[in-house]
Amino acid sequence: MIRDYFSLPWKELRRRKLRSWLTLIGVFIGIAAIISLISLGQGLQNAITSQLSSLGTDKLMIMSKGSSFGSGSTGMVKLTDQDVKVIRRTSGIKTVTGAAYTTGRIEINDVVRYNFVEGIPTIEEESSLFNSMQGYKLLSGRGLQPGDKYKVVLGYEYTNPDLFGRALSVGEKVLIKDESFKVVGIYQKIGSPPDDKAVIIPLDTYQELFNKPDEVSMIIAQTDAGEDPSLVAEEVKKELRDSRNVKEKEEDFTVQTPEQLFASFGTILDIVQIVLIGIASISLLVGGINIMNTMYTSVLQRTKEIGVMKALGAKNVQVMSLFLVEAGFYGLGGGIVGVTGGMLIAKLVEIAVTAVLGPYLVITFSWGLIFGTLGFSFLVGALSGLAPAYKASRLSPVDSLRYE
Amino acid sequence: MVIIMKLKNGKDKIQEIKLISDKPAKETSSDKVIIRMREVWKTYYMGDVSLDVLKGVNLDIYRQEFVAILGPSGSGKSTLMNQVGLLDVPTKGRITIDEVDISTLSESELAQIRGKKIGFVFQQFNLIQTLTALENVMLPMVFQGVPEETRIERATKLLEMVGLGDRMHHRPNELSGGQQQRVAIARSLINDPEIILADEPTGNLDTKSGEAVMQMLLDLHQKEKKTIILITHDVAKVKHTDRVVYIKDGVIEKIEKK
Repeated sequence: MIRDYFSLPWKELRRRKLRSWLTLIGVFIGIAAIISLISLGQGLQNAITSQLSSLGTDKLMIMSKGSSFGSGSTGMVKLTDQDVKVIRRTSGIKTVTGAAYTTGRIEINDVVRYNFVEGIPTIEEESSLFNSMQGYKLLSGRGLQPGDKYKVVLGYEYTNPDLFGRALSVGEKVLIKDESFKVVGIYQKIGSPPDDKAVIIPLDTYQELFNKPDEVSMIIAQTDAGEDPSLVAEEVKKELRDSRNVKEKEEDFTVQTPEQLFASFGTILDIVQIVLIGIASISLLVGGINIMNTMYTSVLQRTKEIGVMKALGAKNVQVMSLFLVEAGFYGLGGGIVGVTGGMLIAKLVEIAVTAVLGPYLVITFSWGLIFGTLGFSFLVGALSGLAPAYKASRLSPVDSLRYE
Repeated sequence: MVIIMKLKNGKDKIQEIKLISDKPAKETSSDKVIIRMREVWKTYYMGDVSLDVLKGVNLDIYRQEFVAILGPSGSGKSTLMNQVGLLDVPTKGRITIDEVDISTLSESELAQIRGKKIGFVFQQFNLIQTLTALENVMLPMVFQGVPEETRIERATKLLEMVGLGDRMHHRPNELSGGQQQRVAIARSLINDPEIILADEPTGNLDTKSGEAVMQMLLDLHQKEKKTIILITHDVAKVKHTDRVVYIKDGVIEKIEKK
């Protein structure tokens, strides 16, 4: 019996193909946007989480306030070698490395580009902490060693002839800020273009070259095994407050554990996603209004049919059901097309990202998302059809039979 | 008012019943009357103007009779048909079907009774364009909640009966007017109603198809013992009927029994 309330409206939809398709498109856009945004957001979150978790949970990041992750040492408040020393003394800390970075002029074969120049300590233990944090692994040559001055390790992109006209190799010379550096090593590809284009030089040389004595952009600290990173982070905060002479809550620096980094990234992503889905929902609302409009037209066009059905014994609730299901079909149809379209869009983005950056963004679609969205789109349709269907059900048989 | 007063006066009860149950006094037996209309008024209001389309109609429809309601256009016969067909409720007066006062019924109960007891045949055929002949015939059964197998079986039988066994899966626009009206007749019979209400059933048909349809109605009356109510403006159509109700200006002028 229930089947009839689906098959009758279905026939009506097929009878008015153009109108049905146009109505579907209204829903399609909203649903496609929602599906692609949610799955892309999910993929992005997964990608960032996996990148961050590769850092390990025993690392602390200390940065000055006003400078944020990646913006270099342009913040007003500076971190210095003194801060590195203070942290090194803090109990629970195993290794500390202070690194500095900024964009710098790099010249090879008369080709000039501005890429990241990063200064890192040359002590083995400290440079490997930096490398593990960044994900750098040697491809050829060696890493920086104590005693190195005006030596450079290049990011992977320098092996790509596109960057400076030819592939570079160990032993060659590179001009950084007009000073000549000898290439001692090249890193493997890590997948983040700015890092793959960066040049890594000894911290002392960096501070000299850019005339920033004692200054570092960020400090990475590794806690001793068995220590709780968040407790050590509190301790580091306390020591830095004392040494920098600032009060609690007025710190001009931040100490972040990887968990806090996850959380702050997660929050930002969530906000962005909510805003985007909000925008997508507006288009879904428009789609719903479109369905309502179509249904009012449908009720008007079929006034006589409604009269006939009532004469033939259709109860009000039966007439209403027929129109509600019809509206639901518009929603569901738009939902099916929209889910398919949205999945396609997300997959295309994944393919594009993979082609440009490598396999970092993996989009997966959960059944919950797919069926949830389909159910939701049916609901949008049926809700939009509520008023028109009610109107249809209340028509008097005599008046509607007389309607031409 | 009169009746109540008489009851209060303690007069004979039988007399009152007679009084209520109308003029053809010899046929008062209530099991013979299927639809009873008493002092039925229908008034339409257009702003401040009101128009009485039916003015106190008293009419009984008897079981298994073939009755025609005859009148010119504007006589109120369509309005009368709407009342008889339970498509509308009177402004004033009382209508009963099988002794049930329709004013006590909800819209949905009325719809269910229509579906079960009355089969409609319209001048415009009024088939649903998206549905095939078979599906159109089955439609009233859908609203009665009859299982699909039963529906198909019965609808097929009826379409074969009206000679459209080979056109079952055609849509109305693929059928001639006469064929469409035969589909409509099959549809009117699907729930095996006691009453067939035919509103100008030949009005949109050529003479030949019209005659075939009239013959079909006559057969339904004679062989299937259906009560047929024919609404028409055409005197020529009423020759086979048992009774003719003449209506003009919203009142019944005369009832002619053959």
